[in-house]
Amino acid sequence: MTNDVLTGRVWRFDHDISTDLLSPGAYAVDPVEVRKQHVLESVNPEFVSAVSPGDVLVVGRNFGCGSSRETAAENLKALGIACVVAESLARIFMRNAIALGLPVVVCPGVHDSFAEGDTIEIDLASGRIVNVDSGVQLQGDSLPREMREILAAGGILAVLKEQAGG
Amino acid sequence: MGMTHSEKILAAASGRQEVSAGEFVVADIDLALLHDIFAAQVFDLLQEVGVDGVFDPDKTVVVIDHLVPAPSAAAAAVHQKIRSHVARLGINAFYDAGEGICHQLLPEQGHVRPGMLIVGTDSHTTTHGALGAGGTGIGTSDMVYALATGRLWFRVPETIRFELTGDLQPGVSWKDVILYLGGRFGSDAAQYRAMEFGGPAVRTADMSSRLTVANMAVEMGAKFGLFAADEVTDAYLTEHGGTGAAAFGPDPDAQYVAVHEISLSELPPQVALPNEVDRVGSIEDVEGLAINQAFIGSCTNGRIEDLQAAAEVLSGKHIAPGVRLLVVPASRQILQEALKTGVLATLVDAGASVLTPGCGPCFGGHGGLLGPGERCIGTHNRNFIGRMGSADAEIYLGSPATVAASALRGRLTDPRQLEADND
Ligand code: SF4
Repeated sequence: MTNDVLTGRVWRFDHDISTDLLSPGAYAVDPVEVRKQHVLESVNPEFVSAVSPGDVLVVGRNFGCGSSRETAAENLKALGIACVVAESLARIFMRNAIALGLPVVVCPGVHDSFAEGDTIEIDLASGRIVNVDSGVQLQGDSLPREMREILAAGGILAVLKEQAGG
Repeated sequence: MGMTHSEKILAAASGRQEVSAGEFVVADIDLALLHDIFAAQVFDLLQEVGVDGVFDPDKTVVVIDHLVPAPSAAAAAVHQKIRSHVARLGINAFYDAGEGICHQLLPEQGHVRPGMLIVGTDSHTTTHGALGAGGTGIGTSDMVYALATGRLWFRVPETIRFELTGDLQPGVSWKDVILYLGGRFGSDAAQYRAMEFGGPAVRTADMSSRLTVANMAVEMGAKFGLFAADEVTDAYLTEHGGTGAAAFGPDPDAQYVAVHEISLSELPPQVALPNEVDRVGSIEDVEGLAINQAFIGSCTNGRIEDLQAAAEVLSGKHIAPGVRLLVVPASRQILQEALKTGVLATLVDAGASVLTPGCGPCFGGHGGLLGPGERCIGTHNRNFIGRMGSADAEIYLGSPATVAASALRGRLTDPRQLEADND
């Protein structure tokens, strides 16, 4: 099992960030190494060059809305994003994130409790969120054991390989 | 405690007496649906992880519907790949190019039963809620897991219930109802949630109308869009699967996050305005805007009832000069019925171009795309920027009668206006 408590630096984005912004259609069929260079570029052009592995996205409502394309979650994972903490997530994006091994937490109130660059602590098992800089604590939805197991394995295909004994 | 419709489906699928909203379950899949945009990728991945078969070839349905007939050599190659995977995996329920749209074929060919849990690599898999089945969209990795194991995790959703009353006015259809609900409640009103459609108005809705409504439940974010199975369902299934179905639906004491009672008696025809499905207004507000193209088809409104509604408007008349009317029957069976009943002749005489059963231009893949500055009204379900070609084109969504009336006049037109003119 990996550690259920994550700490990281915050990048903040607003409401209704769509799969088009996370995985622009123009690069839809390009390999992930190309696709990840364009994540959120029309919202924050600095993001891709400044983001570091282990950073966390703190976002508003309806994050990942739009199509069922899995590349939206895959691109964030490829940039090393450790977790997405959202006011709310679009349903298929949430499924795809878990399936690809990208932790996500739904936590009402999170968007206004963090500034860009703050340090966030996330307990995936309990759903507890802490702003290490301000001391503010919030209670998000805890991730159930089944989903944490998929995340710990590195995604649902890794689970499948384990089950198949491969 | 009583259970909602979706709680009943997920309890049965996970072998439990009872489940309630918020719980996570691992559920058995009753049917897995794949179409030509994702099928080859899913089957390739399945091979890559070392799985040589699917959990049940008889519970797996594969449809080539999005790019038919193949508009490019690349699309044709993808179709070839799908055919060889389907043969290798022993999947019998395979519908090749020209048979129709996946969400039409599933109910029409008798694959759907009330209470089933259905997953598809397509967001409009909610359509099958019209027959009381829990249908929902998933991504490609989840589909690989579902095909390999026959199982998948689900969060049991909370449910919003719509109690619909009153009678629709002439010229108003259930497409107008679901457009209205989307406009009133918004595109994320049902995020993570199920929607139940009930009340006296629903009992008089035919299966075609229910399919239209459940299809667009996902435009409000819904995981499932459900109708209880009743006499209408029983009659439809007797005709389309050979065996009828017993009543199936929520318990009377089920718990809902919200119940909305809505009367449909005063509802005028609705249109979704560019570029959001929940930017909805009454046709009266936009009447008179000139159009270049009208589209009747898609898994929302490409059924025989929809073509009939359009034929009634266009019978003995001709569409306006400068307008292109595209008609895409949702399946071969619908095309055949339209041929036999004369509906097709009426539409072609009126100036319509008829395309191969399938998705047609609905998602902007091919077959009737829009140029910059063009305006189209269609019977489909999404009007996002660039959905049908140019990002500078405008897409309006409406009922078959509204689209046909607009094609006739060459501008957005209230179908009730034509009836008034005929009197
Ligand atoms: S008809 Fe349109 S909405 Fe329906 S499955 Fe095809 S592309 Fe999707």
